[in-house]
Amino acid sequence: MLARRIIPCLDCDLAVPQGRVVKGVEFKKIRYAGVPWELASRYYREGADEIVFLDITASSDRRETMYNVIRKTAENVFVPLAVGGGIKSLEDVRGVFVAGADKVTVNTTALKRPDIISEIAGEYGSQACVVAIDAKRRDGPAGGRITVPTPQGESWFEASFYGGREFSGVDALAWAMEAEALGAGEILLTSMDRDGTYDGFDIPLTDAVSRRVRIPVIASGGCGSPEDIFEVFSRTGASAALAASIFHYNEWGVDAVKRYLAEKGVHVRI
Amino acid sequence: MTIAVVDYGVGNLFSIYNALDRIGAGPTLAREPEEIESFDGIVVPGVGSFGRCMRRLSRFEPALQRAMQEGTPILGICVGMQVLFEGSEESPEEGLGWIDGRVVRLPDSVLVPQMGWNTLSIRREVEILEGISDDDFFYFVHSYHCVPVDPSVIAATTEYGQEVAAAVSRENLFAVQFHPEKSGEKGLSILENFVRLSRC
Repeated sequence: MLARRIIPCLDCDLAVPQGRVVKGVEFKKIRYAGVPWELASRYYREGADEIVFLDITASSDRRETMYNVIRKTAENVFVPLAVGGGIKSLEDVRGVFVAGADKVTVNTTALKRPDIISEIAGEYGSQACVVAIDAKRRDGPAGGRITVPTPQGESWFEASFYGGREFSGVDALAWAMEAEALGAGEILLTSMDRDGTYDGFDIPLTDAVSRRVRIPVIASGGCGSPEDIFEVFSRTGASAALAASIFHYNEWGVDAVKRYLAEKGVHVRI
Repeated sequence: MTIAVVDYGVGNLFSIYNALDRIGAGPTLAREPEEIESFDGIVVPGVGSFGRCMRRLSRFEPALQRAMQEGTPILGICVGMQVLFEGSEESPEEGLGWIDGRVVRLPDSVLVPQMGWNTLSIRREVEILEGISDDDFFYFVHSYHCVPVDPSVIAATTEYGQEVAAAVSRENLFAVQFHPEKSGEKGLSILENFVRLSRC
């Protein structure tokens, strides 16, 4: 039986020469967490099922820094490595793969030019193409978009781009389905309302998306404890849970989280 | 001892190269058919569609055939396993046909592709799986699976909607549906087993 995956996420600020891992709250208020490849190696040794790097600076002039981070990580990490942030073209995709990544995540570029999804899937296979969706709950009129029952009433979710700084107006649920149709292999679904808050995953959002696609959904945003991961696995069809803060600041090891889940009957790789 | 990774222009070979390098195999990416004949072991990777892989692999077919007949250990990974069979539901192209049987789509009862970590059921004690047990997890990414005519070639299966061939082995021919290069320390063990077989 396929195991549910636990995925530490490293948000990388490449404004310093080595790159550094940082973590924001609701996409703002940044805090330092460590050296990218050192953290990644630790998570690998603890049993991470996959590692995600997101270049939050997403700037093309710091590509070399990102490649260096990937290269140094890939030397010691033998689980899938997904890299995103600032991927604008197939040339960028090729660059991160040559450096050692196994998957790319695309968000802004895919919203602006959805064909990039088919292009990546065609060249490298669907498994290499993760579409990241940063979703913000909207409680106002849905204007024909898909609505979901939430504690706030009937809400819709808006896909954001440019690292949460701008909003596309696009219905995140419809976008997830379109991304699947275009050849995406996975959806990395981040709740902007929960990101960095430790309040737990957005269950209505994660449930709504995982019911509508037949590709794996990675739940992201809000993980503050192993209980939160148990909740998202028991109440939604998410295939994987992504977390950052609880791992970065030594609150929990990946191994301890997995032992907790296994004791609760969740099938995880130990 | 030298290991060639057949670089026939599909996907991303960095991970398999890096994993072989890590275990001390000193791999070489072989971009031309004549290059592979001098190696002690040959890895055939593969991602994307069966048809695309076969179209690009076909110019290596005579050289690979000779290597196999000479007894050089060959390891197929993922679609590199599937191309050893006669054909696939995915594409009209013929496979290498070294193992009798076909490649069919995973059942509709499960999410396709299978993407993630799954355990093996070891069917046969084979050198390539030395040190591996039924509880060990490996990383799978695939939408199609191999169905050999002769089930005795199957060395290990995995459960995904149905029983799925995860590893096959016949003389000097080995293949795995999962990605040993992305399956942590246990995956590296399988690559080490292959390298050891190549040294013999």
